[in-house]
Amino acid sequence: MTENGFGAAVRRKEDYRFITGRGQFVDDINRPHQLYAQIIRSPIAHGKINKVDVDAAIAMSGVVAVFTGADMAADGVGGIPCGWGITSKDGSPMVEPGHPPLAAECVRYVGDQVAVVLAETLAIARDAAELVDVDYAELPSVANLESASADGAPLVWDDAKGNVCFDWEIGDKSATDAAFASADQVVTIDIVNNRLIANAMEPRAAIGDYDAGKDEYTLYTTSQNPHVIRMLMGAFVLSIPEHKLRVIAPDVGGGFGSKICHYAEEAIVTWASRKVNRPVKWTADRSESFISDAHGRDHVSHAELAMSKDGDFLGLRVSTRANLGAYLSTFGPAVPTILYATLLAGSYKTPAIHAEVKAMFTHTVPVDSYRGAGRPEASYLLERLVDKAAKQTGIDPIELRRRNFIQPEDFPYQTPVALEYDTGDYDAAMVKAIELADYANFDKRREESAARGKLRGVGISTYIEACGIAPSNVAGALGARAGLYEVGTVRVNPTGSVTVLTGSHSHGQGHETTFAQLVVEELGVDFDNIDIVHGDTGKVPFGMGTYGSRSAAVGGVALMNALEKIRTKAKKIAAHLLEASEDDIEFKDGQLSVAGTDRSVAFGDVAMAAYVPHNYPLETLEPGLEETAFYDPKNFTFPAGCHICEVEVDPDTGVVEVVRFTAGDDFGRIINPMIVDGQVHGGVTQGIGQALYEQCVYDDSGQLLTGSMMDYCLPKADNVPNFAVTTNVTPCTHNVLGVKGCGEAGAIGSPPAVINAVLNALSDYNVDDLQMPATPERVWQAMQGNG
Amino acid sequence: MSINVSFTLNGEAVSAHVASRTLLVEMIREHLGRTGTHVGCDTSQCGACVIHVNGRSVKSCTMLAAQADGAEIVTIEGVAKNGQLHPMQEAFREHHGLQCGFCTPGMIMSALDLVKQNPDPSEKEIREWLEGNLCRCTGYHNIVRAIKAGADSMRVG
Amino acid sequence: MYEFNYHRPTSLDEARKILGDNDEAKLLAGGMTLLPTMKMRLASPSDLVDLSNIEGLADIIDSGDAIEVGAMVCHAEVAASDVVRAAIPALSDLANSIGDAQVRNRGTIGGSVANSDPAADYPAAVLGLNAVVKTDRREISADDYFKALFETALEPGEIVISVRFARPKRAAYSKFPNPASRYAIVGVMVAETTEGIRVAVTGAAGCAYRATAMEDALSKDFSAGALEGIAVDAADLLSDLHASAEYRAHLVGVMARRAVRQLIA
Repeated sequence: MTENGFGAAVRRKEDYRFITGRGQFVDDINRPHQLYAQIIRSPIAHGKINKVDVDAAIAMSGVVAVFTGADMAADGVGGIPCGWGITSKDGSPMVEPGHPPLAAECVRYVGDQVAVVLAETLAIARDAAELVDVDYAELPSVANLESASADGAPLVWDDAKGNVCFDWEIGDKSATDAAFASADQVVTIDIVNNRLIANAMEPRAAIGDYDAGKDEYTLYTTSQNPHVIRMLMGAFVLSIPEHKLRVIAPDVGGGFGSKICHYAEEAIVTWASRKVNRPVKWTADRSESFISDAHGRDHVSHAELAMSKDGDFLGLRVSTRANLGAYLSTFGPAVPTILYATLLAGSYKTPAIHAEVKAMFTHTVPVDSYRGAGRPEASYLLERLVDKAAKQTGIDPIELRRRNFIQPEDFPYQTPVALEYDTGDYDAAMVKAIELADYANFDKRREESAARGKLRGVGISTYIEACGIAPSNVAGALGARAGLYEVGTVRVNPTGSVTVLTGSHSHGQGHETTFAQLVVEELGVDFDNIDIVHGDTGKVPFGMGTYGSRSAAVGGVALMNALEKIRTKAKKIAAHLLEASEDDIEFKDGQLSVAGTDRSVAFGDVAMAAYVPHNYPLETLEPGLEETAFYDPKNFTFPAGCHICEVEVDPDTGVVEVVRFTAGDDFGRIINPMIVDGQVHGGVTQGIGQALYEQCVYDDSGQLLTGSMMDYCLPKADNVPNFAVTTNVTPCTHNVLGVKGCGEAGAIGSPPAVINAVLNALSDYNVDDLQMPATPERVWQAMQGNG
Repeated sequence: MSINVSFTLNGEAVSAHVASRTLLVEMIREHLGRTGTHVGCDTSQCGACVIHVNGRSVKSCTMLAAQADGAEIVTIEGVAKNGQLHPMQEAFREHHGLQCGFCTPGMIMSALDLVKQNPDPSEKEIREWLEGNLCRCTGYHNIVRAIKAGADSMRVG
Repeated sequence: MYEFNYHRPTSLDEARKILGDNDEAKLLAGGMTLLPTMKMRLASPSDLVDLSNIEGLADIIDSGDAIEVGAMVCHAEVAASDVVRAAIPALSDLANSIGDAQVRNRGTIGGSVANSDPAADYPAAVLGLNAVVKTDRREISADDYFKALFETALEPGEIVISVRFARPKRAAYSKFPNPASRYAIVGVMVAETTEGIRVAVTGAAGCAYRATAMEDALSKDFSAGALEGIAVDAADLLSDLHASAEYRAHLVGVMARRAVRQLIA
């Protein structure tokens, strides 16, 4: 292994600025003469806007302007677009309502934007916001899937009958029906996948900065994908051509999917900045984040598994209702379809699968990606169902999984739900996890817990996910309205240092380190002489950003392809400098040498020659050493693995404590094991959060009851154990790095492992099912027979 | 009402004329330009804003600037001395105790207060101490390791 | 936060004068409840009277049979005090269970007792240990102090000076925290005082209250078993997202038994 190269646990380049307080997050940026924006949001779930009276607010000293939806509409501002189109079973397109950045006629969730106040200070903006008098005619609302589905339910959108956005299906219905007809036994389950709020530690923020002299706009925003924001906001909302709009996503304090979408506030500050000809800054406070950041999950499903008498899976039938909220967010329709139902094969050879998904509008915050986005919902459903099948058949849960695994020799494996898995060894990962978890001695630990009055349980899950989104032609066939490639530029500077421009975006993932490791590996340049630039459309040519565990598998491969172009050109230059044939040049450890001789030239000297071309093959090669590659993957990547959780339940109170957690994952080849382990720790903790602590709750009138960290419970340090993490590597077969992606796996594999463990702990209490989060009261009630 | 607030910030005498409703974190970030201290919530849960006031860790979002008049304040910017990282900062880097970096300043300031009171904290004590500091990225595993290692190297000196 | 006038008086007289001159003035102790409330614009005092510069409010005094904790003593100081630890370890433990480390470094006993949040921990100590709340004008016994949700016997403008805890024979506090906020969903203080057994419950109802049936049972037989079968009526208890009244009623029993077991162990 090269020091600081591929596979090394290199300490992170980016850390110095963060540990010394010198990171630069959007709220840390202030522009000269900036104004502060306060958004006026709907306090009701559904209502007609009769009148917005802004006179008192405008009259307040220090207030510069107040804008409403009517002002934006009068300027011809467009609606916020949705990035995916889904077609219903009957061939009709999804219902796609308009989504103005400021609502002008009707509000449709608590938090919907109605007006914006611009003032000299934030305090004045907030004072003035209270003086904006909005007269609403309140209308009946639906706050959840159940009330939205009821007969005669109030409609979120008149043209979405029954509040259905689309009614979609995947798989072979008749083959599945036939499988059930021939089955010896059937297991059924009803599953709620609880609604969550991402709660990245950095609240969203945006600064619009219009330069009247150049007629150019700059938007600083907390985004995972600044180029996507430029594309969506520039083309669809504000009609600003790309060359006049620069979007900068500087240090971003976590995303977890909630910072993918294009948000109204981005358009509002950008548009308003031109209106008042001053920079406009908006920063959410946390209460505002709770009612304006896209929420995640929120599925209700019924599933049935058909089995032979020996426990072979024959067919799977799934029916899901998914809550999309009031408007379609950027990836909203993709999450419960393409990112969910295509994963329902899991790691199993179930020959027939049919899934139908009814996506519903409700008077709630729009729902979009949250870490895993669709895949955690699939894995939770499947792994709870498999555990229930194990209980029902009396087959050991590990044995039942093993019996049904897709075997290494089956790859490439075409699932009945559209995907083709390239590679994997599910049993190997499970065996590693079982060993690391000391599963064999669980009974001893259970006895030890019992001696302390605690009920101990163990739970397992074996998950698969599709990452590295996506092959553009596949994504397009599935409804994506944009390509999903990635872009990397390698700029070798004259003195041999390297600047990489990547379309991936790091908001905690550590690309400044891992991508530099690839450069070290390929060019032999010193780690400290490499800079990774991301998050600025003014610097980086293009990119689709970071989500879906795609940075290494797509962005990393784009970078590798650009590095390969650099190597090729460097060899040409070296061949000239060394008066040798290009085919004889070997490039290794930063030296370009003529094979079989002691003649060589350092890469730095090649770089200098490229920029100071006094002795340079100008007739055959242009000066400079900079290359760009666009990479569109051939397939998704398929990380998989096995998670094993042990819990202790306090029988007096129902409190569940996760006491051991083991992850055995297959992420393909690993660039930096330290960073990968960290991604697993964080993902698993979010999964434990979903399983035990986190839950977004609306009351029947559409008011958010979990609207602060006082009520929405994020896992704290004393809620989670140390994690035991291991990996089993089957390299991805279709990218040069052999990588698959690791960002979401923790949140995908862990929730079913936790709940399976809790149910195992309650095995003496006749509890069959338990919905997430398994709060103390829910567990206690289940133990009382009130599950 | 506006008032004059003066205190010592990382060893330097500073003052600003602020509205009485100005929070300490707002004065530090907006008036004094030290943006290492972050605001992650509005209900005193997240701990991104933890600083030291008169040697104790506090949430600077839940304190008025006025209440800090005359105090000794240390923020994340004052932890490294003469360009040398503090052992606790080194430990966070060495043990990958941060990902997005947003909670990190508050985590480090909180950890330093813990170690002051308990120079050799156990893993359990560290986890319990951190109940006022939320992190969404790391799952705490490496933060706990970093604080333990930071405490160890502070004891050794 | 709405704008207000800030005052930092150096004497009680000065503080009283400001309160007297401004109907909408509020006292500011540690600010751990008041400031977040003001940030949410749910309170709009005209004036804030910061008590931090008044001498004599931040002492812990040991008078042998009692300890007196000044209103401005923060939770961390109570938790760390050798005097408190020696006299009433349960009070140290309770103080150490409040909020988080940073909240304990700012939040004060006077602020907590004056505010009487139904989910605060100190009310269980005040009531369970039969403490006396000393104000600038009188002494109020614990049994007369807590009235209802956020309502105490304090009159407008009355300033809490200290809380005096008689040394109990033994006492223990057991708490079931809200997983998110770490406030008490249920907290129970069980104490054997010179005047008998007291059981005080916080978190479960609108304000702290004494569980007299439990006190009677423990007076006859001081064991966890003596509490078995004592029904806690859910009808009087709070119900929210985190715990129904029924579950709170159950937890009152569990926490009381745990406190008793701590004392017997």
